[in-house]
Amino acid sequence: MTLTVTDLVIARGGVPVLEGLSFTLNPGRALVLRGPNGIGKTTLLRCVAGLQPPVSGRIEGAGDTIAYAGHSDGIKPTLTVAENLTFWARVFGAGSIGPALDAYELNDLTDRHAGNLSAGQKRRLGLARLLVTGRPIWVLDEPTVSLDRSAVEMFAGAVRAHLAQGGSALIATHIELGLEAELLEVGPYKARPAPLDDFDGGFL
Amino acid sequence: MIALLLRDLKLSLRAGGGFGLGLAFFLIVTTLVPFSVGPQSALLATIAPGVLWLGALLACLLSLDRLLALDWEDGSLDLLATAPLPLEGVVSIKALAHWITTGLPLVLAAPVLGVLLNLPAPGYGWLVVSLILGTPALSVIGTFGAALTVGLKRGGLLLSLLVLPLYVPTLIFGAEVARRGAAGMETATPLLMLSGISAAVIALLPFASATVLRINLR
Amino acid sequence: MSLSQKMNALWAYANPKKFLATTERVLPFFWASAAVAIVVGLAWGFFFTPDDYRQGSTVKIIYLHVPSAMLAINAWLMMLVTSLVWLVRRHHVSALAARAAAPIGATMTVIALLTGAIWGQPMWGTWWAWDPRLTSFLILFLFYLGYIALWEAIEDPETAADLTSVLCIVGSVFAVLSRYAVNFWNQGLHQGASLSLDKEEHVADVFYYPLLVSIAGFILLFIALVLYRTGTEIRARRIRALMARERVAA
Repeated sequence: MTLTVTDLVIARGGVPVLEGLSFTLNPGRALVLRGPNGIGKTTLLRCVAGLQPPVSGRIEGAGDTIAYAGHSDGIKPTLTVAENLTFWARVFGAGSIGPALDAYELNDLTDRHAGNLSAGQKRRLGLARLLVTGRPIWVLDEPTVSLDRSAVEMFAGAVRAHLAQGGSALIATHIELGLEAELLEVGPYKARPAPLDDFDGGFL
Repeated sequence: MIALLLRDLKLSLRAGGGFGLGLAFFLIVTTLVPFSVGPQSALLATIAPGVLWLGALLACLLSLDRLLALDWEDGSLDLLATAPLPLEGVVSIKALAHWITTGLPLVLAAPVLGVLLNLPAPGYGWLVVSLILGTPALSVIGTFGAALTVGLKRGGLLLSLLVLPLYVPTLIFGAEVARRGAAGMETATPLLMLSGISAAVIALLPFASATVLRINLR
Repeated sequence: MSLSQKMNALWAYANPKKFLATTERVLPFFWASAAVAIVVGLAWGFFFTPDDYRQGSTVKIIYLHVPSAMLAINAWLMMLVTSLVWLVRRHHVSALAARAAAPIGATMTVIALLTGAIWGQPMWGTWWAWDPRLTSFLILFLFYLGYIALWEAIEDPETAADLTSVLCIVGSVFAVLSRYAVNFWNQGLHQGASLSLDKEEHVADVFYYPLLVSIAGFILLFIALVLYRTGTEIRARRIRALMARERVAA
């Protein structure tokens, strides 16, 4: 499944942040987004995931193909690790949670309540969720936050395996993952302020 | 869908408060009524159906602000919105889980509390029937209110302000069924109206709730 | 002009700049004519009509009560229409007009309730009765409060416009439901409609004409207030937009 973004304009809080953005993400490829804080990476990812409509432009190949992971992992502290994962596996109608547990070395923690996990362990659980969705395009927003070096290795390994199976990944991150990924610097696409005399529906 | 329902039920069981708090609140309100209006049993018998309905309604209201807010805070709603479930289904299931954990226990507890308020004998059946038909509407309307206010930091009070006026028709017909039943009068008309409101609300309002939730997730 | 051309001409006012320019020109006319009509209507009604043979001079509160009650309902209807226009056509002015009308409608509801209470005291011997009409107005007031509170609570203007519009539509359905429920729940004291096409029903001509003038005055006042407040909302939004633009540019 190829993800194609054409001439995208996105806004945060009614103000355009990025414009003229186009890229293509083919199966087996990873695309890493770079750019300073507040440039609109999160907004872009939420648009691609379908949570937010773009101002204009087209996003093709998204929808039921996307597995999104944002800043929060959607983990319920009163459920155990296995219960959390099983829930998402059933929601997405995918198979067993075994491979996901293996990939992030969560097997020893399965019966632990997620509330008792450390921040890094929670993050691993949140990333393991991607493996039970069975969806080809991963859209990840700062996936490595609070992960230690070995956990980052696990993550990179999981992404590599996903790409090898024909999946693809769109990742906003600042650290080097050791992936063969294309880089997309979004800074140049920063939206220019609208001209002032054009006093229209956007009030500018 | 079933996975979501089971998860929500499990969560409210484990977090405590799901089943217990609403019921305890209902009990306390019912206990306070005689303190405020006096212990005359004839008076209590007259107002019992209305008081029990109002108590049930307020107990329902109590847990609404957690209905979607918890899933909002931990990011589950974002993930559910990108999951294969339609959001209309998600809010319906949420309302159902709320009814099972709040509405249903209230229905079961109401006759017991009716004894405390000296509810006349013919009223028990009608009270239970009216609550069974009416409380689902309360949960569904409440879910709409919760979806409207989910993104707000202090949405609890606003949620009550928005939801309570929407509860008026359900309360009027529900309490009317219980009151007429207790007085031994004919109940068919308000009963039909109550069922009609519940059916319409359950069928249509989830679409509004899902719309509002999508707007809030943007 | 064909209908579609007329419609297009109408939508041009959905542009905030055009709206401001136009309202600036027509507002003085609305203010003046509203003042004239209200002064004439009230003075005529209060001083130049006979006392009612049953209700005495108390009947004269009708010149405040009926217009405010009509506007209380019609302001909500206007909000419903502008909310729908916003949801369908995404014209910001439409959403802001709904926001601007809400406090006016709420005030009208309060005026209708207060004048009703002042009238009801000598007539029915009570300030308040749980009569269907009175009760419905009280519920309408609660809907106004909720609507206004929701606008105030949400920071992002577009989200606020969307959510309040949905609330307005859902609220309208429930308001109508409540009206029927309340009718069913208690038959009332309130007299029939003051204005009606049925000649037998409505008030005598001598009260009728000053009432019409007064209603016209209230409607003009309402239009003037909505236009004025919408203009204020537009300017507030423009300031917000300009400040956001500065932040992005910085």
